[in-house]
Amino acid sequence: MTAPLLHIEQVGKRFGGFVALDGINLEVAPGERLGLIGPNGSGKSTLVNCICGTLHNETGSVTFDGRKMDGLPAHQRTVLGVARSFQLPRPFGSLSVAENLRVPLLYAVKARSGSHLSATELDERCVEYLRLVALDHKATRRPRDLTQVEMRKLELARALAAEPKLLIADESMAGLSHSEIEDILKLLLELNARGITIILIEHIMSAVMSFSQRLVVLVSGRKIADGNPAEVMRNPEVEKAYLG
Amino acid sequence: MDFPFELLINAVIAGVLLGGFYIAVTVGISIAFGMLDIVNIAHPAFIILGSYLAYIVNASFGLDPVLVGLLMLPVFFVLGAAVYQVYYLSFEKRGQEALRGLAFFFGILFITEVALVLVFGVDYRYVEAPYIGPAAHFGFIDLPYRMLIPCVLALAMFAALQLYLGRTYVGRAIMAVAQDQGALSLMAANPIRIKRIAFGISIATAALAGAFLIIIQPVEPSVGREYIGRVFAICVLGGLGSLPGTVIGALLLGIVESITATFYGPSWAPAVAFGFLLLTLAFRPAGILGR
Amino acid sequence: MQARTFILITLVVAAAGFAATQIVSNDYVFFAGYTVLQFVVLATAWNILGGYCGYVNFGSAAFFALGAYSTVFFHKAFQMPIPLLIVVGGVVSGIIGLGMGYLTLRLRGSFFAIATLALAVVLQTLIVNWDYVGGSRGAYIIRPSALNVAGREIPYIEYLFLLMLLLAVLAIIAARTIERSRLGFGFATIRDDELAAEASGVPTLRLKLIATTISGALMGMAGAPFPYYIGYLQPQSAFALDYAVNSIAMPMIGGTASWIGPLIGAILLGTIQQVATVTISSAVNVLIVGVLLVLFVIIAPNGLVGMVQDLLRRRRA
Repeated sequence: MTAPLLHIEQVGKRFGGFVALDGINLEVAPGERLGLIGPNGSGKSTLVNCICGTLHNETGSVTFDGRKMDGLPAHQRTVLGVARSFQLPRPFGSLSVAENLRVPLLYAVKARSGSHLSATELDERCVEYLRLVALDHKATRRPRDLTQVEMRKLELARALAAEPKLLIADESMAGLSHSEIEDILKLLLELNARGITIILIEHIMSAVMSFSQRLVVLVSGRKIADGNPAEVMRNPEVEKAYLG
Repeated sequence: MDFPFELLINAVIAGVLLGGFYIAVTVGISIAFGMLDIVNIAHPAFIILGSYLAYIVNASFGLDPVLVGLLMLPVFFVLGAAVYQVYYLSFEKRGQEALRGLAFFFGILFITEVALVLVFGVDYRYVEAPYIGPAAHFGFIDLPYRMLIPCVLALAMFAALQLYLGRTYVGRAIMAVAQDQGALSLMAANPIRIKRIAFGISIATAALAGAFLIIIQPVEPSVGREYIGRVFAICVLGGLGSLPGTVIGALLLGIVESITATFYGPSWAPAVAFGFLLLTLAFRPAGILGR
Repeated sequence: MQARTFILITLVVAAAGFAATQIVSNDYVFFAGYTVLQFVVLATAWNILGGYCGYVNFGSAAFFALGAYSTVFFHKAFQMPIPLLIVVGGVVSGIIGLGMGYLTLRLRGSFFAIATLALAVVLQTLIVNWDYVGGSRGAYIIRPSALNVAGREIPYIEYLFLLMLLLAVLAIIAARTIERSRLGFGFATIRDDELAAEASGVPTLRLKLIATTISGALMGMAGAPFPYYIGYLQPQSAFALDYAVNSIAMPMIGGTASWIGPLIGAILLGTIQQVATVTISSAVNVLIVGVLLVLFVIIAPNGLVGMVQDLLRRRRA
């Protein structure tokens, strides 16, 4: 049994009196495609924030690639290999689209590889990531000139540009058309084939079901199901959470 | 050695009275910064404005300064609403409040101070009222009326505000907008209008606070600057957005300042507030009662 | 433009400016020019933290005064040439900037801004109560009437002017270099969206500390020669609110996005103030700055440079 890439043990987080996460245990194997679903307010984004370091869990621990990440600031976790896209896109408004991708390359990737990355190599990778999300024709534009859909793609591309081992895609498909969703799914599958572990957080059930090897369901800060997608969906508790 | 107990007790009592007054000064910022997330560092400027208005009316017509403050409440409310409107349209809407909003309020603070200097000069101004001067004496304890009355009235104002925020529709809408602006718009209440009212209230409190200030001490234009640190120190110490926390923070600061001034001299007093602020920000930014 | 070319051009312009002062046989040029150049340094320094990173510093006076008072302190302790005093002033202010940043930069930007205000008052209170540097009575520094350089006698004020000129050149070159470097790139991401910057691998705290230190150090360097310039240093003049307002107003009116904005803002506003002080009064001139700040912040948030850029863009389209 290979060691898990991400190991979350008894992670808990509260906001004042409100319990956002309650003793979450989760393991993600390297190369896995994990789907994370749950009703609004169930704690999915809080969990992502705790994994990435944007928030710090009060109890429990988060271990990535054999290394305990508790207390590490977010930027160091990105250097270690965790990247995420934000649910509501947060582009760097004063930089061009291409420059937005240069940031993770210039900081996370460069910090990881020491000084072995030349300026031309950086530029080439920038272009490559832009092409992956079909935004290369808008490389010199500002984020405010992009459509909503294009901003989501930029958000995803920026996470990709950090060249992560684990990519967490937080609702990157909301508002996309059917064909656009297919494009993103194809991209994610391709990335997974290259070895990137992916956690997909989505409300679009068809996408989640077709993509995920394993499905985890979060309700009110607790994990209520974890396993084969088809079996999980048949779980009566999951049905109740979504319908009852 | 004779420990100066009497001096200490009087210092503490003076500190409590001072702290009561500080509540009036701070409650406006508690609303603006604690609830609406507006860093109005110009709040002391509005207070000083209130002081000078009380001075003018008191000197010209002999009206009691507290009365002037009460009369100015609606005027300052409108002023506050107007300032918020400019702030919202210029900065909040465009998401630029971090840099530009701060510079805006700083500019207002500065302009107010310099304008007052140009109009009134740098001489200290004071008001005349029958209760300024006499004091009540209980043994060795002195209770100057000029400190007692503002303290009591400040507490009354605070209580009235708490009632308003807790019992009326608009008041509760203000508390709601502090927690979650999105939820408020779902309630079909206009969050911008609510914030405008709240900010208006915030500035209105400055009218009364200004009247209290000039009763307690003579005023000149640069006095406002000392209060910036005090006001934010109290807010942060008490915990942002917590009105009861403001009371605790104000009393604490008043007492420590009073003791420092009594035993080490008044020239160290400004450092107390700002020192408090720096320490709190460094070690416990959530404050004593913070959420 | 290559960095080397820019440095060359800046030095040439500075030399030309200095040569121009030689033509006018009035020492007033040096006094006024010193003040304007001082503002160039302060505005440029402020902009490194304020314009590039988006963190507002209301306590410019504190760092400026630290430079001035470290000069007073060391002048009393051991006699030192001014250039060395400038370095010392920079080091002292830089360290305080670093320390203050470490205490407050982990919080939100608005808390940092308030903390800078608090710092200015705390420092002023400390200085007022410290008799060795004069306390509230102030400190005298006798300014020599002239300096002997290679046999020629130069009025001391001309020497101070030259020093400030070189300091302004240094500040501008530093700002431009940072702007175009990886560091400046990181600063921009902090300004645009700090959370996203962290998530992209930018060590935001470290960068902010660097910005605060450089900004504070430059302001301290600007303050170091001040006791010699003014002759009699009082806390009221060292910590005057004017420094805070001007160091904010000049970059915001000029334009915060690049090194050009603070330069233009400082020269423009500095000159206006010099003229107003002489013709109207010094209180009014400072009022003008405040009013302009508020107007520009509301109407032209990108400053004069931004307005020109918009105009050019519209002409092109």
